[in-house]
Parts: sequence; structure tokens; C-alpha cells
Amino acid sequence: MQRVDAAYDVIIIGAGVVGCLTARALSRYRLRVLLLEKASDVGTGATKANTAIVHAGYDPLPGTHKARFNVRGNNMYPQLCAELNVPYSRQGDYVVALSQEDMRTLEELRERGRRNGVSGLEIVSGDQVRRTEPALTPQALGGLWAPSGGIVDPFLLTVAAAENAVTNGIKLLLETEALGFEKDGQRIVGVRTDRGTFPCQWVVNCAGLHADEVMAWAGQDGFTITPRKGEYVVFDKAKSMVKTVLFPCPTPISKGILVTLTTHGNTLIGPNAQNIENREDWAVTAQGLAEVLQGARKLVPSLEARDVIAVFAGLRPSGSTGDFLMEVHQVGATLCGRPGGFVNLAGIESPGLTAAPALAQWVVEALEDHGLELEEKREYNPLRPAPPRFSKLSRREQTALIEKDPRYGRIVCRCEMVTEGEIVRAIHAPVPARTYDALKRRTRCGTGRCQGGFDTPRVVNILARELGVSPLEVTKKGPGSELVLRGTKEGGDAL
Amino acid sequence: MAERRRLICITCPMGCQLDVLFDPESGRVLEIEGHGCQRAWSYAEKELTHPTRMVTTTVRVRGGVWPLVPVHTAELIPKSAIFPLLRELRRVEVQAPVRCGQVILVSGAGTGVDVLASRDLPTTDVEEPAPAIYPPAG
Amino acid sequence: MRCDVAVIGGGPAGLAAAIAAQERDARRVLVIERAEELGGILPQCIHNGFGVEVFGEDLTGPTYAQRYMDRAFELGVEALLDTMVLEISPGRITATNARHGILEIEAGAIVLAMGCRERPRGALAIPGTRPAGVYTAGTAQRLVNIEGVMPGERFVILGSGDIGMIMARRLTFEGARVERVLEIQPFVSGLMRNYVQCLQDFDIPLQRSHTVVDIRGDRRVEAVVSAEVDPDWHPIPGTEEVIPCDTLLLSVGLIPENELSRQAGVELDEATGGPVVDERFQTSVPGIFAAGNVVHVYDLVDDVSHAGERAGASAAEFALERREEPARKVRLRAGENIRYIVPQVLDPEGLRRGEQRLQMRVRRPIEAPVVLRVEAGGETLLRRRLRYVRPGEMVSLTLPERTYSQVRDADEVGVSVEERGG
Repeated sequence: MQRVDAAYDVIIIGAGVVGCLTARALSRYRLRVLLLEKASDVGTGATKANTAIVHAGYDPLPGTHKARFNVRGNNMYPQLCAELNVPYSRQGDYVVALSQEDMRTLEELRERGRRNGVSGLEIVSGDQVRRTEPALTPQALGGLWAPSGGIVDPFLLTVAAAENAVTNGIKLLLETEALGFEKDGQRIVGVRTDRGTFPCQWVVNCAGLHADEVMAWAGQDGFTITPRKGEYVVFDKAKSMVKTVLFPCPTPISKGILVTLTTHGNTLIGPNAQNIENREDWAVTAQGLAEVLQGARKLVPSLEARDVIAVFAGLRPSGSTGDFLMEVHQVGATLCGRPGGFVNLAGIESPGLTAAPALAQWVVEALEDHGLELEEKREYNPLRPAPPRFSKLSRREQTALIEKDPRYGRIVCRCEMVTEGEIVRAIHAPVPARTYDALKRRTRCGTGRCQGGFDTPRVVNILARELGVSPLEVTKKGPGSELVLRGTKEGGDAL
Repeated sequence: MAERRRLICITCPMGCQLDVLFDPESGRVLEIEGHGCQRAWSYAEKELTHPTRMVTTTVRVRGGVWPLVPVHTAELIPKSAIFPLLRELRRVEVQAPVRCGQVILVSGAGTGVDVLASRDLPTTDVEEPAPAIYPPAG
Repeated sequence: MRCDVAVIGGGPAGLAAAIAAQERDARRVLVIERAEELGGILPQCIHNGFGVEVFGEDLTGPTYAQRYMDRAFELGVEALLDTMVLEISPGRITATNARHGILEIEAGAIVLAMGCRERPRGALAIPGTRPAGVYTAGTAQRLVNIEGVMPGERFVILGSGDIGMIMARRLTFEGARVERVLEIQPFVSGLMRNYVQCLQDFDIPLQRSHTVVDIRGDRRVEAVVSAEVDPDWHPIPGTEEVIPCDTLLLSVGLIPENELSRQAGVELDEATGGPVVDERFQTSVPGIFAAGNVVHVYDLVDDVSHAGERAGASAAEFALERREEPARKVRLRAGENIRYIVPQVLDPEGLRRGEQRLQMRVRRPIEAPVVLRVEAGGETLLRRRLRYVRPGEMVSLTLPERTYSQVRDADEVGVSVEERGG
């Protein structure tokens, strides 16, 4: 393996929401930080597919890491999203009781929430919930109202954090897969990847679905990640059913199949919960979809299958202890057989997204506690400007934008009103979008009613032009997912 | 020796399923069943003796606003000539501008039938992008 | 920018409307088109079968479009290309393009001719992974015929509608392999002529009562799983077959594109997905007209052109204030086995000016002689015999002038279709 010179202070493995927020938190200090990601874009693991909810924090058991970091993280969201200019809305959520037993559960949750430090929790009647949410089933007897619950775009949060981190000096390497550690005795001195070995002092494990594999490189066992699949259904924006989030009463393994608004105005339902073997199995199943639709209809009976525009599956990195595993292993640690210089974040399933900013802060504090010197950068800028969203601007703002760059006058995705200017900007952003899916997540192109039917040929051409490659090299999500395979008049041996 | 053949008549959208007794030596249809009208006889006879088709495809263009121009055979050609014609057209490249009806290939695949352009295709002007107000050049 | 008639969409409906408006002496007719050239979907429909009625010739799609474009140019119709309409309201359109930025256009009358979009995979909720290589047939058609690139080498096509079958032949002609065509109905959706000339000619197998139940492949499609379905379209367990391929093409329905119509406050018909229109193709909003696939999905482009012509003429008359609004409109009711009728309303006085054409689709196919019955106020106005009816083949009916007094006095006019019993 070729050695790359100059050691990093910290290498973060995994550019999901936790990894990117951690990178951003560290970018405030004079440190050499490297963020490694094996995929072609940030946030393509557990971060990519979830309910996108910023939980209030009444659900986790008091005293657990989940409880503590859920509430702490929730409190950090408003400022964080304002600094990064990420879509976020704190419109509150309801847990819905469909039976007397459920009503008792609501009281438990309220008490739990109180112990976790959640404010504003209130049990209200079914009619009261229906006043805000008229689509709620008439069977609902009551609801637990949590005003601090919210929704966010998890992907935009991740990419914004990554961009801010990069702008502030963090190095991000995409398509770079960590394969193991280089050790000196028990001490980790570097991370081996498929693009060389990077020497470092500290490693932060943010590898999500693969966190236990990374732990094993560090000589740690006794913890496994079981991927737990959750399937989701997205509805046409024109048929928006809810204004907040509606949860059913939770079960031991999951918060249940819920109905939520997304920050883009669609109604989203899901997830179910099914443990699976294969960490790369993102397939949606027919039974899963049926289960999700049936479950969601318990809350909102009027959901119609013909309004569905997309379905997808997410994988929760479920840890064997049931709580977040958060540990630091310093050089010369007293526990035998455990190498040092390793910060471990594993099993970051729900409320992982909510907890993420607080987890990032914990990493910084933990590193400092364990001897890493943190000197603030004067030039650190926590603000990341919002990329222009043509569809959200006033006519005057749109005119000004087009005057600066005419490409903002050409609409490429009709359903979501996404312009060529926005696409080109995303291709050249600090965390560049170099695939169709990367653009889709950033600009919303292809997420509307026609699901890319109109924009795909145009986006392929723009990507080819901006990346300086042939359209045959443009991919959906990285090498092996090329969108078009040859020129019409090339090959064709079957003729 | 007469044979039984089954085919779908496509003279009109009805699409009658024909059961035909056909004599390959004389090329005559002896009996038909399943037809909705008498046009089935001439369709079946033609289709079983010398089936023909219109062929439409595209041809490469040099210097045009698009890399391909759609083309069509001026008349029906024998079905057996379809793939030879396609292979021949694959080797053709025309220079823009192309005019609708322009002969792209004379007597394709030896059929005696010309292949014509199906539309105008203007030259791409790299200096000045295509005008936003119609008409285009050419 | 001001004009008498603004046409949104420069496809066959829009071009016909623009030409008709110009021919009715509208002083300025403007077509607003989102693509780089006029023609709508026609430039990519390189096969023939167009223009048999309008021109008495069997033309390709691009040639048909060329005829209309040439005529429009000859008459002085103007067009804004690469221009997207953002918003419309009666008499006013906001659009944008790279060259001019935001454009505010005042129009005496507007014709909606935005056509339709294809039903995507998400709307079918097909289980499986989300690899590269899943396309709707129309998008694939654009890539192959206009952009000059092939979306794949080995195809499975879901849907035996005309677009799916045409693409099966098209792909074969460009050296790709079409492994299978799957159709969920027990019958071929599109024209039999296409079945013969696109599938049978090339030995491309078609399986009726089949659908795709799973898509496999992480980065790129590696296979689809097909299954037979029961009469309720539910997959039958045990009938699954893995079909290796690298591309799945979807030809599973067209949906009129009415986001702008909805936004303009135009009343939409749930059955068609398009605006409610009268016999002049005016919508529920005076001064806004609609024609073509945006109203309902047509089979023949010739009929689209007729509708566009009517709408364009009506729009010009409106803009030039040559017309009185009808006193009342009679509703058309879709009766037994009729899914929808266009127009949905009509001005009875129109029957004094000439016969009125009704277009409709049935819900269920009847492969036997049928009777179409038009009635008003309990009386039968008209009976028409047909050899069969199929949802995939639009039925046209003409209300003759003699029915004027009956229609005028009726609350509504009903159309039904039944098997000719006995």
C-alpha cells in the first residue's frame, strides 16, 4: 500500500450525518482532519433513507445515551439549520392513541419525556388533534402533543455540514473505502484505504451500517450491527395529508408506521421494521409496501395508492446493546488488548438523526478530554450560504439571479422547477454532485410527479458537459450505474 | 401441398385472427376463417407470399443540431430486406443541413426504394445558440 | 409582451391551434414551448402511421410535425423555445428562459396544449432495488432517437401499449435485444398492427396477464422478476420467473399534464385527468382553452390536430371579441361502460351551427357487436352500432343537427354502450 505523507490529527470514517457534523465541529479548530467516504457522495447510508424527523425525545428510555443525546440534539437543530441554511421546521408532532391502552401509553410517554427533559408535552383529545389534522382517523381517542418535534431534510443537512466543513479546511475523500487500520502494536497509526494509507492520531468511527466491522479492526468485539430495514412510500405533493407528524403508539422495536410531512411538502409514510442479513439490501418488497400502507391507514384512512409517486427502503444500523455505543479508547488505555486513539460511535439508529449534532459535539469534547489540543481558528465560519432555489424565489429575485447567470432561466426539471443554474452550481459545489442521484438529492430534480421522465436526458447532458466526460460515463450513483450504455449507432452486434 | 397458417389481419384495427389454408406453390389462399370482412383475402395472400414493410430508423448527421436524423423508406420494401437495409444505413452519415424529403440513400439494400429524411435538420451554429424565436435557420 | 392568443405547448395540438388562430386573423399568436424545438412528442416518434386522416398520407411523426411547423412559420406564428411557463391566470402567463429571463405575457386568450406525461415506476410501486436502467418508454425513445444514445442492451418492456411495442422494434433496429414484453391485461393494449409489425415480426415474446414484481441489481438492473396475475391483477405465487436484462422499460400509462391548468383554477375531470371542456374546447375559465393530450389521451394525432384547430379558432374568436358566451351548457353523462366523454359539456346552440363530435372511451372491452346509445330527457337521440369496443381505442360519435331541440331541452345527455343482445 502506498503511503500518503503528513499525518492527520483525526480521520473520520463515514460521511453520513454524524460523520459530516463531526467533521464540521472539528473544522472549527486548527486540526488536520480527513473525512473518508466509500460511496460517490456523502449521506448515502442510513442517512439517505429515514423518516427525516427531529424527535422531541419522549420515546427513548431515561438514562440512556439515546435519551440524553436526542434531547440535546433536538435543542441544537434550530440554530444549526439556520447556520447551514437547511430546510427544517419545528411544527410539533403527535403520538396518536387508538385505544384506552394507547391512552395509558401516552401518559407513560409524557412522563418519560418529562424525565428526559422534553418541554411542552401535553395530552390532548382526539378532536383537538383532528382540528390541526383533519385527515386523522375518527378512531383516534387522543394524542400526545410534542411541540419541539420537527422535520428536516437529512440529506441536505449532511451535505451542508460537509460543505461547511470543507470550506473551513476539512479534507473530504469520496470513493475512498477504509479497509483496515495500520497499527503500531496496539496503537492505531493510520487508516488503510483503497487509495492508500493515511497516517493519523485519532480515528472516529462513524461508519453506520458497518460500524461493527470498523470496531473489529480496532480489536473490539462484543457488539454487532444488525441492519433493520424500513420501507417508505411518498405521495404526490398535491395530495398533502398532514401538517405535522402523526405517530402510532410505539412498539418495543420501532416507533411504528407513521405519517409525516416532509420539508418538501410531500406526505411520507413508513417505516415498517424487519431485521435482515445483508447490509447492502435496499430492496423494497411487496409485502413491506402493503404493510406500510395498511399501517399508515390506521392513522390516516384516506391515503390513496394512486397518489403514490415513489417508494424506497432505508436500513437502520441497529446495535446489539439497544443503545448508542459511545466510547473513547485512548492510547495506553487500561483495558488489555484494546488499542488507543479510537472514538467509537456505533449503533446510531433512531434517534440518530436528531442526536447527530449533539454526538458531534460529544466527539469534540471527548477528544479534548483525552488530550487532543483544540485551538480555535479565527477564520472559522459556521455559516454556509443557501444554494438558490429558483422555485422558492420571488419574481424579482428570480430575475436578478438570471441576470447574473442566464442558466437560472432555463428550467430542466419541470415538476420541481429546477433550473440549469442550480444543477451546474451543485456540480461544482465544495462537496460536488457528480452523479444523477447526487443532483437529485441536492436540487430535487427528478423527485416530482414525472420522477425524472423529462429531466433525465437533459441532466445527463449537463453532467457530461460540466464534468468533461462523454454521456456514456454519467452515472446514477457511481461507477457501474451508467445511465446510457452506448451510442445509438455504435455496437449493435445483434443486427 | 396446402398448409394451415394463422395470422392476424392488420388492414383495420379490428385485428381479426385468421385461420388460413395456403398453397405455397401457387401462392394462393384457398380458405379463410375468422375474418370480419373480405379484405382479409388480399392481406393474407400478400403477407404469405411477399410480405412488405415500411422501415423507419435514424441516420447519423454531421454538424446538425441533433446527432441523428429520422429517415423512412419511400415505399414498402420486402420484409427480408429490413435488416440488410438497417445494416447499410448504419454506415451512412449525412452532412447538415438536411431537408425533409431529401434522399439519404438511393435504392437501399438493392430494393430500388430510396430512403428519405423525415424532417428538416438545421446546422448547429456553435457561435450563436439556436434562436429563441422561431423560425430556425435553413 | 402582448399577444392575442398564447399557446402553451408546441406539439401537434398547439401547432394546430396556433395555425387556426392565425388563420382567424388573430394579430399575434405566440407558441411557448419548453423543448429546444417545436413538434412536441412528434420529433421522437419516428415511425409512420400519422396523417392518414388529415393529409391522406401515411407519414412519420417528424414529417407530420414538419408540415405543421412549416405552415405555422408561413403564417407568421411566433414561438418561444426552451421556455418554461411558470404560472398562468386568465389573460396572463409568466414564463422563463435563459435568454430573456422572466417573461410576463399578456394574452387575449390562452390555449393549454401541454400534452401528457408517462406514469413512472414510483406510481406503480414496483418492489425491488433502485438501480440505473429503469426508464419510461418515452424517455428511452428520446434518448435513442434524438440524443443518439442507448439506455441499455437487453430489455424487458412492461406494457403492450403502442409506445412499448414501437420501442421494442426501435431497440431491435438499433441492435439491442428485447427479451420480453409483459402486459398485465389479458389482451394486447395497443393496436394489433403494432403487435404484428413490432413484436411478431421479430419473435419478441409477449406474455399477457403478466407483470413485473421485482427489480434486481444494485448499481444497474441485472434482472426483473415477472409473474402471472389473476383477473384482479394480483401476482399469482409460484409463477415468478427471473428474466436477466439490463434495462426495464415502462409503458404503463399516460397522464394529462395539468399542473398549470389546476393552478389557473380550471375545473378538471377526474375521469380524464384533464380540464372539463365544451364543444369549442373552452375550459371552465372563459378565455382559457385546452386541446390535445392535455384534455384526454388520444390514439391518433389527426384527432389531436382537429381538436387543436377547434380550440385555436375559438381562442382567436374570444380574443377578438367576436363571440358571445353561451347562455347555458348541457352536461354529458358517461353512462353504462363509458369511462369518459369529451367534451364534458356543450352549448346546445352549437348544434344549430353544425353537428357536434363527441369522443369517448369505454371502461371494459366488449369483443362483440355493441350498441352505443345517446339519450336525453328519457328519449333516445341516437343509436350507433359498432363491431366491438376497447378501452384502448377511442370511440367517436357525431350528434347531428336534428338533435338540437332535444338537447336544448335536456338537463343532461347520457351515453352508454351495451352488447347487442339477442
